Amino acid sequence: MSLPPENMQYPLRRHGMDHDRYDWSNLQDRPAIQWPGGARVALWVTPILQWFPLNMTAAPFLAPGGLTMPYPDYRHYTNRDYGNRVGIFRLLELIDQYELTASVMLNAAIARRYPSLVTELTSRNLELVAHGLDMGHLHHSGLTREQETELVKGALDSIRTVSGRTISGWLSPGRAQSWHTLDILAEEGIQYCCDWANDDMPYEMRAAGRKVLAMPLAHESDDRMILQEFRHTEDQWLQQVKDQFDLLYRESERYGGRIMSLPLHAWIMGVPYRTTYVREALDYILARDGVWVATGEQIAAEFRRQAG
Amino acid sequence: MEADPNLYDYLPYNKRPKIVWPGNARIALWVAPNIEFYEFNPPPNPKRKPWARPLPDVLAYSHRDYGNRAGWRRMMDVMDECGVRGSVSLNVAMCDHHPEIIDACNERGWEFYSHGIYNTRYTYGMSIDQERAIIEDSIETVRKRTGQTIAGWLAPALSNNVWTMDLLAEYGLKYTCDLFHDDQPMPVKVKSGRLISIPYSLEMNDVIAYLTNQCPPRHYGETIRRQFDQLFAESERSGTVMCIPLHPYLVGQPHRIAAFGEALRYIARQEGVWLATGREIAEHYYANHYDTMRAACEARRREESAT
Repeated sequence: MSLPPENMQYPLRRHGMDHDRYDWSNLQDRPAIQWPGGARVALWVTPILQWFPLNMTAAPFLAPGGLTMPYPDYRHYTNRDYGNRVGIFRLLELIDQYELTASVMLNAAIARRYPSLVTELTSRNLELVAHGLDMGHLHHSGLTREQETELVKGALDSIRTVSGRTISGWLSPGRAQSWHTLDILAEEGIQYCCDWANDDMPYEMRAAGRKVLAMPLAHESDDRMILQEFRHTEDQWLQQVKDQFDLLYRESERYGGRIMSLPLHAWIMGVPYRTTYVREALDYILARDGVWVATGEQIAAEFRRQAG
Repeated sequence: MEADPNLYDYLPYNKRPKIVWPGNARIALWVAPNIEFYEFNPPPNPKRKPWARPLPDVLAYSHRDYGNRAGWRRMMDVMDECGVRGSVSLNVAMCDHHPEIIDACNERGWEFYSHGIYNTRYTYGMSIDQERAIIEDSIETVRKRTGQTIAGWLAPALSNNVWTMDLLAEYGLKYTCDLFHDDQPMPVKVKSGRLISIPYSLEMNDVIAYLTNQCPPRHYGETIRRQFDQLFAESERSGTVMCIPLHPYLVGQPHRIAAFGEALRYIARQEGVWLATGREIAEHYYANHYDTMRAACEARRREESAT
């Protein structure tokens, strides 16, 4: 018995990465970024609005948070849709009270189904980030490039048309991509993408002869991961948010401006008791000097202005 | 297939020759960072898929890549501060991909041992000669980049074959980290030469703690302190080993590193702790304890077969 020869060959064993999407660079060795007003940490609040179709498939895998019970799974469908009807309004109230800006990441299905919610968002000082079509439509290599292009175009068209906004940021459902996703996003005018989880600062990715900025959206310290996957308590979520902020704040002294994203799934953090923890997190972070509350678009633009 | 791995004899914890560490230290602490490279598009292995999602699994790939872009330096800073050298469990292709990281470890006197070529190349399905090739590749690659001769082995993604331990001994490697049966180094039965197992705790491993057991970061710190306290108390009778296996893509995250740093500082400031590397533990053990431990195993076997 033996493995095929390809298992013993290493054609991409070379300096740097084993693909051409981006170059390796070490976080702590890059030129320091200075945020506006000498801020040390950019706080990037990212409420997330998702719609899980009742007839969603698990192709090619079940999206995180996807429906798991036999059809009709009213339990999970409605629990997720709660975020769009009720939960988001608690988060918006916090945003209003603290006079924050934020980047709301929404499935295009939200724009198609709930245009009045989009009006609520656009009437505020908020950025809209495209979050794919819905949680039943993942981007994966089983799609042809044409199919995936249609998916991206359709999602962007809906959000752009309903909101009247230029959309420059993208988060794929389940942060899943095909081999072509970044190329298609670049062709459709996307400036930054939040899927890759390998950095605490932005960096440029190569896509169809253009550049797409990878933006550092929390992965393992995201609310859904901590509360739903890891089954930690809300107190433990809050502790991790504080510890993360403190570390980034400390590091900014030596390495320059840092970014703290705060993902808040409306169907998770918009539940009444959880909103009280979000308030505590914001109180903790905003009590410090040198916090620049910004959208992804603003952070990306400032980063590119300085990093070139 | 065998019911028993046939790699070690039963030797109860309370009836063993005493282990004494250098300088009469009570406990040997070694920290084993897994410095790894997971491939974006690896060739398929018949027994194990590299990624949970279909290729390309950009989320899982980039999550691992975090360690080599951001996490490793945070982990190293904490270890520097505590005066702890790493014993690097190395996917040796890292010498090609990110020699900058390897050189930073080497300059600090850290040890390197092999964790295979890539963590996405499993030994399942390999012939003996193919597995020889990855051992030879490991020895050559690490020697060329660091000048070190690897002494230890942790199978890539813990993928083993029944002949693996024999091969390690044949190539003169001194220790394996793949056996989790003990809190002290133990002789491993091999066809020729000598090999020992060094404790490489699964429970202290950050992958198991954070992902499998889903520990909050501060709880992981607490488990490390308690593990130390318990092993330290037991070490009054005979020297123990505590291993902390790490992965910079996990422990190096901003929401985790501070709590880990506190735990490591707690251990490093105690008296009676030998801050060692895997090779140092192995060398001391071979020089002082291997023969007596093996004799104790054989005496026990004779005693048990007589009854």
